[in-house]
Amino acid sequence: MPEIRNYTMNFGPQHPAAHGVLRLVLEMDGEVIQRADPHIGLLHRATEKLAESKPYNQSIGYMDRLDYVSMMCSEHAYVMAIEKLAGLEVPIRGQYIRVMFDEITRILNHLMWIGTHALDIGAMTVFLYAFREREDLMDCYEAVSGARMHATYYRPGGVYRDLPDAMPKYEASKWRNDTTVNRLNEARQGSMLDFIEDFTTRFPACVDEYETLLTDNRIWKQRTVGIAVVTPERAVQLGFTGPMLRGSGVEWDLRRKQPYECYSDLDFDIPIGVEGDCYDRYLVRIEEMRQSNRIVRQCIDWLRVNPGPVKIDDGKYVPPSRENMKGDMEALIHHFKLFTEGYCLPEGEVYVGIEAPKGEFGIHIVSDGANKPYRLKIRAPGFTHLAAMDEMTRGHMLADVVAVIGTQDIVFGEVDR
Amino acid sequence: MLEMFQTVWAIVPMSLQTLIVILLKIVAIVAPLMLCVAYLTFAERKIIGHMQVRMGPTRVGPRGWLQPIADALKLLMKEIVIPSGSSKGLFLIAPMLSLAPALAAWAAIPFQDGLVLADINAGLLYILALTSVGVYGVIIAGWASNSKYAFLGAMRSAAQIVSYEIAMGFALVGVLIAAGSLNLGDIVRAQEGSLVHWFWLPLFPLFIIYFIAGLAETNRAPFDVAEGESEIVAGFHVEYSGMAFAIFFLAEYANMILIAALAAIMFLGGWLSPFQGIPVLEGAFEWVPPIVWFLAKTSLFLFCFLWFRATFPRYRYDQIMRLGWKVFIPITIAWLMLVGLAVVLELPWWFD
Repeated sequence: MPEIRNYTMNFGPQHPAAHGVLRLVLEMDGEVIQRADPHIGLLHRATEKLAESKPYNQSIGYMDRLDYVSMMCSEHAYVMAIEKLAGLEVPIRGQYIRVMFDEITRILNHLMWIGTHALDIGAMTVFLYAFREREDLMDCYEAVSGARMHATYYRPGGVYRDLPDAMPKYEASKWRNDTTVNRLNEARQGSMLDFIEDFTTRFPACVDEYETLLTDNRIWKQRTVGIAVVTPERAVQLGFTGPMLRGSGVEWDLRRKQPYECYSDLDFDIPIGVEGDCYDRYLVRIEEMRQSNRIVRQCIDWLRVNPGPVKIDDGKYVPPSRENMKGDMEALIHHFKLFTEGYCLPEGEVYVGIEAPKGEFGIHIVSDGANKPYRLKIRAPGFTHLAAMDEMTRGHMLADVVAVIGTQDIVFGEVDR
Repeated sequence: MLEMFQTVWAIVPMSLQTLIVILLKIVAIVAPLMLCVAYLTFAERKIIGHMQVRMGPTRVGPRGWLQPIADALKLLMKEIVIPSGSSKGLFLIAPMLSLAPALAAWAAIPFQDGLVLADINAGLLYILALTSVGVYGVIIAGWASNSKYAFLGAMRSAAQIVSYEIAMGFALVGVLIAAGSLNLGDIVRAQEGSLVHWFWLPLFPLFIIYFIAGLAETNRAPFDVAEGESEIVAGFHVEYSGMAFAIFFLAEYANMILIAALAAIMFLGGWLSPFQGIPVLEGAFEWVPPIVWFLAKTSLFLFCFLWFRATFPRYRYDQIMRLGWKVFIPITIAWLMLVGLAVVLELPWWFD
């Protein structure tokens, strides 16, 4: 009698559902997964090592490129770590702007997640609907920082600059006639806050649209209910954070448990799951989008009536205005020092974790008193989630592997760093 | 000119004459069919594009109308890569094996009363037999590629098509009982009367099951596990390139049109006008050639194919099997009993 063996299959790194460069070595019995072995490192760029050789401010841009679908959140953890070590207090308006953009980033990230998750499971329309909304949020990124993805907007001591008074507008072209352009520019007539407010009024209906396509869809439920169940105890043991942990029913959110910036003044709910399966994690993230929308709304209301500085007035950390620099000797010296040497942080260690869309994103800085970190350690949420891949997929079928990759919301920029 | 043609034609022996006429008829069916397939891919991209708030192809030719031609040209120019580990003969036979039955089945399709290549009495049986042969193309392609992804795709599609063939067969048996004939022309004529005389009403569950089984049979979303893009990349044709790949594509779309045409013939009265039996409208639409109704009904089903693709997530392989065996087959069997009873009792409108 011939011997029956399991066979191994290489899933990725060149695979439509590999979310970048995931390589999974699957040991399969027919279609059933016996063992899933994730291989990482194909997108390793040595961010941590690079940061050791640059003045602190020059590494902010690298943080954007870690989790390239939730850019500003990674920046946030990094600048907060610097601020904590240097003992800087961010002006309240700066805090609100940061929180607003954190939540915009959360919506951006979850839109990307719902699009790819649905696409992996075969529903391709949601992907394009989600990208329609992402476009508007990307425009906000662009309006505020000049870059649509890698913003480098947060700086130690605040944010780069205050919100702009006008939104950039579309122009008529060969492909867009005047009526289309007018329709597209309708929401862009006022300030940026007006534009975001308009978005927040439109957005809940968009989420309803995604939900119509998915939430009660029989096929969607068959594909997600009961798939990759993680018990609350096990989720904690595996080091899950963010929606992965909350989907299992553990109410843990750093915005609540260790409030940073102005989160303690804001009103929002934390959704948690019951079963701990893919469907619950899906519902948690959908609800998080609605809650983020609520937070953005509150931030807009606050920002409208409270003008003020958005960064600290300390020439040692924040570059002086261009005007000052041209006329004032001290400002010129500050400018020169800041853009050549940077600033030195006191000797010590600091860890700051924030609630990034994917979970707890942490930055650990060890400083020896120089103008660059002695050691920088990044705690990426996706890394711990990916480690649970084997446990989550074992005994499921090949088609469920893509559902699990989707539900983990893996982005290789942060896993491989 | 015409006289010269007639004299030349008279010299040609009788048997050769029939052969030439049949060949011309085949060309008259296959050439428009191929064009339909090309523009079905275009329609798919446009329709799904608009469902997804985007434009679809717009650049090649006026409003993108030449896109399918450009695609075909591109695929013709490409090299057909034959993997070194593959079984070469089978690898090349597989695409032909999947396209041939998809085209051959069209011989028995009546486009309107009398307009059919082969008016055979066992038309339904012939079509059922040919569509089953198509699965060999898929299985052989998956096997000959000697690739794990292709092999998984082939296994999935073999199991899926075989089990949906049964549900589909039972649905067709319902039509056969109701019409009392296997000839497709007779099936359409049995639905003469009015819109409610068509078989979609008395055979409603069978109609739905036939269409869903047709989706599964042609490997279309939400049953496209055999090529499940995000799971096994492209399934059975992952190793194919150039024209060999294009032939699989052609076969898939030709099959889609075939299933849609069959659904129109068996459940929506083929070439019959939907206004038959309605006093004023019947006269008002007298001038429309019957073939237009047939094509319109076919297009309606084709639109549904595309619509489903844009809307639904994909089933998992085991869930498809469960749906086929535990839901569809029992329902069709139960409804067959009812239809049989109705025929025996000569229930009016349909079975009297």
